[in-house]
Amino acid sequence: MTRYSLWSLLREGFRGHTGWGPVWREAEPKPAYDAVIIGGGGHGCATAYYLAKEHGLTNIAIVEKGWLGGGNAARNTTIIRSNYLYDASAAIYDHAMQLWKGLGRELNFNIMMSHRGVLNLAHDDNEMRQLKRRVEANRLNGVEAEWLDAKQVAEYCPIINMSPASRYPVIGATLQRSGGVNRHDAVVWAYARAAHELGVDIIQNCEVTGLKIEAGRITGLETSRGTIRTPKVASVVAGHTSVIGAMAGLRLPIESHPLQALVSEPIKPVNPCVVMSNAVHAYCSQSDKGELVIGAGIDAHLSYTQRGAFPVIEEEIAAVLELFPIFSRLKLMRHWGGIVDICPDASPIISKTPVKGFYLNGGWGTGGWKATPASGHALADLVARDEPNAIAAPYTLERFTTGKLVAEHGAAAVAH
Amino acid sequence: MFRIRCPYCGERDQIEFGYGGEAHIARPREPEAISDAQWADYVFMRTNTKGLFAERWVHSAGCRRWFNALRDTATDRFVATYVIGEAPPLPVTQGADDGAPVEEDAEAAADLAGGGRP
Ligand SMILES: Cc1cc2nc3c(=O)[nH]c(=O)nc-3n(C[C@H](O)[C@H](O)[C@H](O)COP(=O)(O)OP(=O)(O)OC[C@H]3O[C@@H](n4cnc5c(N)ncnc54)[C@H](O)[C@@H]3O)c2cc1C
Ligand SMILES: [Zn+2]
Repeated sequence: MTRYSLWSLLREGFRGHTGWGPVWREAEPKPAYDAVIIGGGGHGCATAYYLAKEHGLTNIAIVEKGWLGGGNAARNTTIIRSNYLYDASAAIYDHAMQLWKGLGRELNFNIMMSHRGVLNLAHDDNEMRQLKRRVEANRLNGVEAEWLDAKQVAEYCPIINMSPASRYPVIGATLQRSGGVNRHDAVVWAYARAAHELGVDIIQNCEVTGLKIEAGRITGLETSRGTIRTPKVASVVAGHTSVIGAMAGLRLPIESHPLQALVSEPIKPVNPCVVMSNAVHAYCSQSDKGELVIGAGIDAHLSYTQRGAFPVIEEEIAAVLELFPIFSRLKLMRHWGGIVDICPDASPIISKTPVKGFYLNGGWGTGGWKATPASGHALADLVARDEPNAIAAPYTLERFTTGKLVAEHGAAAVAH
Repeated sequence: MFRIRCPYCGERDQIEFGYGGEAHIARPREPEAISDAQWADYVFMRTNTKGLFAERWVHSAGCRRWFNALRDTATDRFVATYVIGEAPPLPVTQGADDGAPVEEDAEAAADLAGGGRP
């Protein structure tokens, strides 16, 4: 594998970029592996990388039904933050935040990580109290967070509509300066390239159609490209978690909804940070290409079509224009949907299952991108040791029976 | 955007409707008599079918009545809508621990639906 560096960039510049090799090799499925990861999104690729790197498990494969990173990894708006309310959430999302900070270096790949700051706006006294409580909770957990009053908000992001006469006036905001955005496909490719380098097989166009279970233990899987024997399977399929779960006879606390996003035509830099508003119900950042990246809440109905309905877009745009009246003349360029796997407590599942050797990672819903490194890290640990570590421990399937939920309001509504 | 056929009012735009999630989930008659796992199944576990799925809609900006629909969640195509208390026009497996369709309480359901028929 070529190491990427200033030197390699210069060299290729002079040779007309003829020397860049493929980043990973397409693999044919082998008859057997030590472990197989279903799903080649961000979380699946991260899991494979940490399994190989930290646990020495290199005879493993990622099987992906489409192409690598073509699911929610390709469709999300890449907001990164770790200012969640509860201890269990702070532990996993802030672990991710710390990993993001060094990830580009570690994987030798420019993931375009930009710690530009995330604002969560408050529009009334009640919301202000809740958000201030969140800042204090964050600080107790060592998570970086601060409170800005209205004047400071206007200074940090001058294009927000600060008129006290607006329907939902902005009265303050939380700011996480280390929050920001990165490049979704670069993250997937970076993990895939590093995992491949360590010996992991990456198998695309290979759909898992069934699980082989004997005496309560996983023994392999059926795929569109044949049977694979393996003692360990980790399902990391986001919106399709219930479908894979059903193959193991599991009923899961998950519902799959469309979540839509859109981008505007590119303009000069105007939005210096990520702005999110629960009450007005939209969020917005600006990509390095200059497009405004806009999102909001899920479509109410269940669906696997990666398509949402227009009323949601209409509300989304109304909300964005309420926050940023200066965008009113912009044209929208693209619009798309992904299928997100929602848990009733807005927290994920990283868990063993009643089937030995079958592990679940899902339920990340509208906000799992930011957790990618920590999710893969924790799942790799679980797969390798068959025991959850301290970070994964609260995210069991059993919590829905015991009632020990992680009801994460920091993840509620529009705040992905 | 869907066009949804309310069994009472006919076909309307999706924006007139609210969504009620999976249909045919019967509340346990004696919650105190069942296990935590059965209660968890009722409260939290969902079939989340990819394919033919029975679900509830309410015509909130119209007649305000609840009804059920059969929709293919892999294509978003509506197959049928039907009145609460009726069995789905095609067999679906969802709503209970053992995967068997749940019997609805026809009387209570008819009350819910306002006793009307299309
Ligand atoms: C519009 C939108 C905006 C979002 N914005 C944000 C945000 O700003 N911040 C944030 O933190 N999160 C956000 N999210 C959520 C985030 O994208 C997801 O939580 C996260 O990407 C899920 O993990 P993943 O990358 O592994 O999923 P995916 O990329 O979906 O990977 C799952 C893979 O599994 C594969 N698969 C499914 N079934 C099978 C099968 N049977 N066999 C083989 N492979 C299979 C799929 O093809 C897919 O590639 C957003 C999501 C959407 C849709
Ligand atoms: Zn009606």
